[in-house]
Amino acid sequence: MLLIRCPYCEEERPELEFRNAGEAHIARSANMAGESDDDFEKFFFIRSNPKGIIYERWRHMHGCARFFNAVRDTVTDKFVMTYKAGEPKPSKLPGAGK
Amino acid sequence: MSGAFRIPGAGRFKQAKTARFSFDGQSYTGIEGDTLASALLANGVHLVGRSFKYHRPRGILSAGAEEPNALVEIKRDAARKTPNVRATVQELYEGLDAQSQNRWPSLSFDLGAVSDVASPLLSAGFYYKTFMWPKAAWKSLYEPKIRAAAGLGVSPDKPDPDHYSSRYAHCDVLVLGGGAAGIAAALAAAETGVRVILADEQAEFGGSLRFESGAKIDGQDGFAWAQAAVAKLAAMDNVRVLPRTTAFGYYAQNFIGLVERVSDHLKAPGHDLARERLWQVRAKRVVLASGAIERHMVFADNDRPGIMLAGAARTYLNHYGVAVGRNVGVYTANDSAYAAAIDLKKAGVNVAAIVDLRDNPTGPVIDEARALGIEVNFGRAVIRAGGKLRVSSMTVQPKNGGGERTIAVDAILMSAGWTPSVHLFSQSRGKVAFNDETKRFVPGTYAQDCVSVGACNGTDGLSATVDEAYAAGAKAAKDAGAKAAKGNKPKVDASESWSRGMLGAAPGAGPDTTVKAFVDFQNDVTAKDIRQAVHEGMRSIEHVKRFTTNGMATDQGKTSNMHGLAIAAETLGKAIPEVGLTTFRAPYTPVTFGAIVSHARGPLFDPTRRTAIHPWAEAQGAVFEDVGQWKRAWYFPKAGEDMHAAVDRECVAVRKTAGLFDASTLGKIEVVGPDAAKFMELLYTNPWEKLEPGRCRYGIMLREDGFIYDDGVVGRLAPDRFHVTTTTGGAPRVMNHMEDYLQTEFPHLNVWLTSITEQWAVIAVQGPKSRDIIAPLVEGIDMSDEALPHMSVREGKICGVPTRLFRMSFTGERGFEVNVPADYGQAVWEALWAEGQKHGAAAYGTEAMHVLRAEKGYIIVGQDTDGTVTPNDAGLDWAVGKKKADFVGIRGMARPDLVAKGRKQLVGLKTKDPKVVLEEGAQIVEDPKQAIPMKMIGHVTSSYWSENCGRSIALALVAGGRERMGETLYVPMPDGVIEVEVTGMVFFDETGGRLNG
Ligand SMILES: [Zn+2]
Repeated sequence: MLLIRCPYCEEERPELEFRNAGEAHIARSANMAGESDDDFEKFFFIRSNPKGIIYERWRHMHGCARFFNAVRDTVTDKFVMTYKAGEPKPSKLPGAGK
Repeated sequence: MSGAFRIPGAGRFKQAKTARFSFDGQSYTGIEGDTLASALLANGVHLVGRSFKYHRPRGILSAGAEEPNALVEIKRDAARKTPNVRATVQELYEGLDAQSQNRWPSLSFDLGAVSDVASPLLSAGFYYKTFMWPKAAWKSLYEPKIRAAAGLGVSPDKPDPDHYSSRYAHCDVLVLGGGAAGIAAALAAAETGVRVILADEQAEFGGSLRFESGAKIDGQDGFAWAQAAVAKLAAMDNVRVLPRTTAFGYYAQNFIGLVERVSDHLKAPGHDLARERLWQVRAKRVVLASGAIERHMVFADNDRPGIMLAGAARTYLNHYGVAVGRNVGVYTANDSAYAAAIDLKKAGVNVAAIVDLRDNPTGPVIDEARALGIEVNFGRAVIRAGGKLRVSSMTVQPKNGGGERTIAVDAILMSAGWTPSVHLFSQSRGKVAFNDETKRFVPGTYAQDCVSVGACNGTDGLSATVDEAYAAGAKAAKDAGAKAAKGNKPKVDASESWSRGMLGAAPGAGPDTTVKAFVDFQNDVTAKDIRQAVHEGMRSIEHVKRFTTNGMATDQGKTSNMHGLAIAAETLGKAIPEVGLTTFRAPYTPVTFGAIVSHARGPLFDPTRRTAIHPWAEAQGAVFEDVGQWKRAWYFPKAGEDMHAAVDRECVAVRKTAGLFDASTLGKIEVVGPDAAKFMELLYTNPWEKLEPGRCRYGIMLREDGFIYDDGVVGRLAPDRFHVTTTTGGAPRVMNHMEDYLQTEFPHLNVWLTSITEQWAVIAVQGPKSRDIIAPLVEGIDMSDEALPHMSVREGKICGVPTRLFRMSFTGERGFEVNVPADYGQAVWEALWAEGQKHGAAAYGTEAMHVLRAEKGYIIVGQDTDGTVTPNDAGLDWAVGKKKADFVGIRGMARPDLVAKGRKQLVGLKTKDPKVVLEEGAQIVEDPKQAIPMKMIGHVTSSYWSENCGRSIALALVAGGRERMGETLYVPMPDGVIEVEVTGMVFFDETGGRLNG
């Protein structure tokens, strides 16, 4: 069972308290009704599914109930970092040399 | 007294009490402290089971958890029968009742052993080759036969009467394995004051100190030192010592699963004792001290009872005081077997000969064996074992060929060397590395905060082990935050050290195809099978494993994996690391379902939710149905009524007078805040800004893809306050959906969401007399049609308690939904019920509710929709705000396929024969005479007998349905085709006049 750090509770808690909520940083258009078919397809259906670093949303379902973002390595399952919803995608990851 | 093979003065249980037990109905005497295996051996019993595939007689191979052969059934009573218990692990208690497995009619005469003779039919891959054709025969013929013939024990047929417990624990240093290494590491860590847990699978700590007669630590015999050290640890406040506890799984971030066997070793465990306890431990640091497992020699008929691992024979002698024979042979490629021979010889057992595959080994144990007068043969192989139910001889030959010599023996001790137990390390996702010099896989790259010490790390010798383990324990404590150690490292005064051994098949397992030289005893895999797998094209060790089933039995190949790998590598002409090791998976040893499930079974498996009105419904004799976790009153049968009669009566009563319905399970969410209306606009298709406080609206929620997600009536209590209802099953996901958008997409909106499902009990009062029933009990609300029209809500009091009174209808009748605080739910229900009785009202359940709403064409999300239905498909276009610029789903429902012609639309269906009720889920076709497979154009989503309409009614999703009004379609069923007519969805009171009736 993974330990996940909730950026709101500022604590590492067991995975059981959390729910994954899909890929992060996929913004909903401010002009949703005006989106083209292609743009809607990208927004709703297309996901990156990387081998390696993924940016994803989690919810501290059985804790503070907040949604937040996390950086996880899909190979090792390890969480690199977590941050609050609305914060920008980190440009530099801890432990990454560049 | 406790067995003819018990040696006076030997073993560690000299003062122990005797314990009587039975095996296959025969009574024996053992002593307390024995395992079932040691007690059987003390009585000269080696034959304990039949093998899985060939039904060959099998004996006890080991003295520990790696045992592949000695699997027995332990029976306490009819419900407490445990199959596949390893006799080498099961502790003896007075009255223990064990049975052998896999044999019929008896252990010494097994008809299934014919498969041993017919074994060419059962070679590697036989499952895949023999039983796959014809396909139909697999289920009816092959599988039952194979299961019956090759079963591993019989599972009990009664519910498990024992209970199991479960604990979570946290510690700084978790030490897995309680041999010399684990104890030394635990001492070092514990002396710093950090929290330590030390676990070992055996009843007693000590590991290989149980048999290493030459070990001395801190001036004491090694095993005695271990006991003293563990007693000291157990007395420390910061240490938890867990004997009989197996770490079975190493999961992410140092999360370890362990099972403690609490009472399986007790004669009559009281019911206050759990049978087993599951420990889920999160450790800052883990020290792996899991030791090593001895390998057998692979030669012809190496599975005969009486042939066992040398270390096991030594354990039986030095720990249990049991000689495994009177005239033993030794076959080895490793020094450790010499130590066993020496100990047995000193105890008075005749050692017929040591056969050593090595050419010219030297060392103190070899000299000592010779000095004791034991015949030692180098460069020779045992090519065959004689005997059937018990080994009677070993046939020896120079390993490069030459004259054979047969030596009479009653046991053979064998050792091909020791395999480091890297199972847990490997489960932690660490990568093993192959040491070419010692031919061992040892921990290489670590993936978690753990360290391996001692034999499992490939460290040889007691002294080096204790040094390494003590340092690792201290470092683990320091890494976990300890200040400084203040202890003394145990001093090793004397120890044994062994050289390496061999991997793969010995010369005696030669290419002769009739030879059965077992690699995997439990799955009956021979050296020949592995060679054959390679010859048939298997290249990866994972394929060889699956094709031969090598290492796939419940022992997971603890003794066989390395041999199998070496034989495959040799046959492939590759080096061992190129072929690679198969993956180790949890559990390390089998874990009972009981331990995993623990208390979460029966009524505790899943929470049961009951409404405040549940006790009343129960007292009325309601029949309940499960809706998610809820118990809902399904119908209220009166004496002599079946379900149909009750539902018909309830439906008629609602439309004739009135009915009371417990709607408390409806999901309820309060949406509050200055931007509440804006939020509702975005989450529902409908317009909300202009809905006046005090009024209600039927709302539809979509997913972003434009499909219906949920629906429900929403009341606006105030400009900044909405009382939202959801479907019963949808409440949690609707709440999650709302929170998701509020927190991540629309965080600028000033809104709070609160689940109020359980705060309010909801009593639906529906029917022409509904207002007459409610009005006398209500204070502060004008109940007239002008003041409280259909689809409105008021706050006031009923029976003196607060209410949110909705005028709304899910039946098509004049109706109300009375929300009261849940604590008053039953009292208010009873008051309404008393009023209702004056008017002839009935209580109705969920079945009648379904019929009544279907009569009106009201949909149920999840029944009439399936996640691919748009508002337009459901005929609910009117509920989509046409002028809205945005809401969740606005773009998705405009996708080309979702606005295309010919989509499945909800319509009504009337059977041509009004008495015929369609089956929900039944498929609909245009032409029943077309060839099979027919083109299906839709399916029935809801179907009932409507007593009010005097006929059957149904809703269906039909392609282009709304353009088919009046068309005849067909529903083919197994016993004939049913003709139906496409109609509108409203079957009763089409004008809707009764809402105000
Ligand atoms: Zn939190």
